[in-house]
Amino acid sequence: MISLATVLPVVFAAFLASTVEVVEAFTIVLAVGLTQGWRPALTGSVLALLALAVIVVVLAPVLSFVPLEILQFLIGALLILFGLRWLRKAILRASGLMAQRDEEKAFAKETDALRHHAHNQRANYLAGLAAFNAVLLEGVEVVFIVLAVGATRGLTIYAAVGAAAAVVMVAIVGAIVHRPLAKIPENGLKFVVGLMLVSFGVFWTGEGLGVEWPGADWSLFGILVVMVAVSAAGVQWLRPLRRASLTVVK
Amino acid sequence: MNALHQVWSELAGLLVDDGSLAAFAVVLIAVVAGAVKLMNVPPLWGGIALLVGVVAILFESLNRAAKATSVSRKPKRTP
Repeated sequence: MISLATVLPVVFAAFLASTVEVVEAFTIVLAVGLTQGWRPALTGSVLALLALAVIVVVLAPVLSFVPLEILQFLIGALLILFGLRWLRKAILRASGLMAQRDEEKAFAKETDALRHHAHNQRANYLAGLAAFNAVLLEGVEVVFIVLAVGATRGLTIYAAVGAAAAVVMVAIVGAIVHRPLAKIPENGLKFVVGLMLVSFGVFWTGEGLGVEWPGADWSLFGILVVMVAVSAAGVQWLRPLRRASLTVVK
Repeated sequence: MNALHQVWSELAGLLVDDGSLAAFAVVLIAVVAGAVKLMNVPPLWGGIALLVGVVAILFESLNRAAKATSVSRKPKRTP
């Protein structure tokens, strides 16, 4: 029987991480749709989704042949690398040392680029290609996250449900507001996802090495608490440095 | 080919942003794995070392980023 302590973090991590990626892809698809029409936007998006489906169909069975301990170790190591990257960026953004991502700015940049090509004979093709690239590239990250957080415990289907919920939520909200989703607290989401991915990574790398964590799956929350504490300390530590560097500029 | 190259760059970018951070993390994981599997260090100690090492690597990277930011924000001297 699979416990809630095992399933909930997987669904939650996949949902939050996918929300971040889907919002970024949505910004580009929206720019294509509003600038060049919905036909190239939707064609590019659907083709990219088909390509992603092929990647999943090819990759998922391959993973089932890898021995569990090796799979846990490898995926854990990849999650540490992936999660540290997100967490570092989120801490730097939260402390003010790095600019926040701005969906309105990304939307304006993409719209400008598409308008520049508007009189080109291949304008529709280029617009469709932009939508294809955005959905494929962000989608590859979603596929990686779903497989990474789900595969080691046979919970891929739960992770996929979390990711699908994110896609549906962004699509519904996007269809209603018809604007880039700039109000979604992307850095906050990235912070939480980075914390969860690093925690999963340490936990599974350890399990792959034969660690019997105290409290079994509950120790995942213990690792998460440690990561939350040190990340909060990191933000507090960096904030004065930002103020000091701004004083130097004055 | 351009699309394939972009996908490859994106895949690499998934894992590597700050090169030193990624390199330190790989070395940490390899050292802990070596210690547990080859030197018979108790696995739980390996897990704890992994957690402590990840925290240390994160702070080292943040420290480097903070230094780089403060250097780039210092006003240039005019002759």
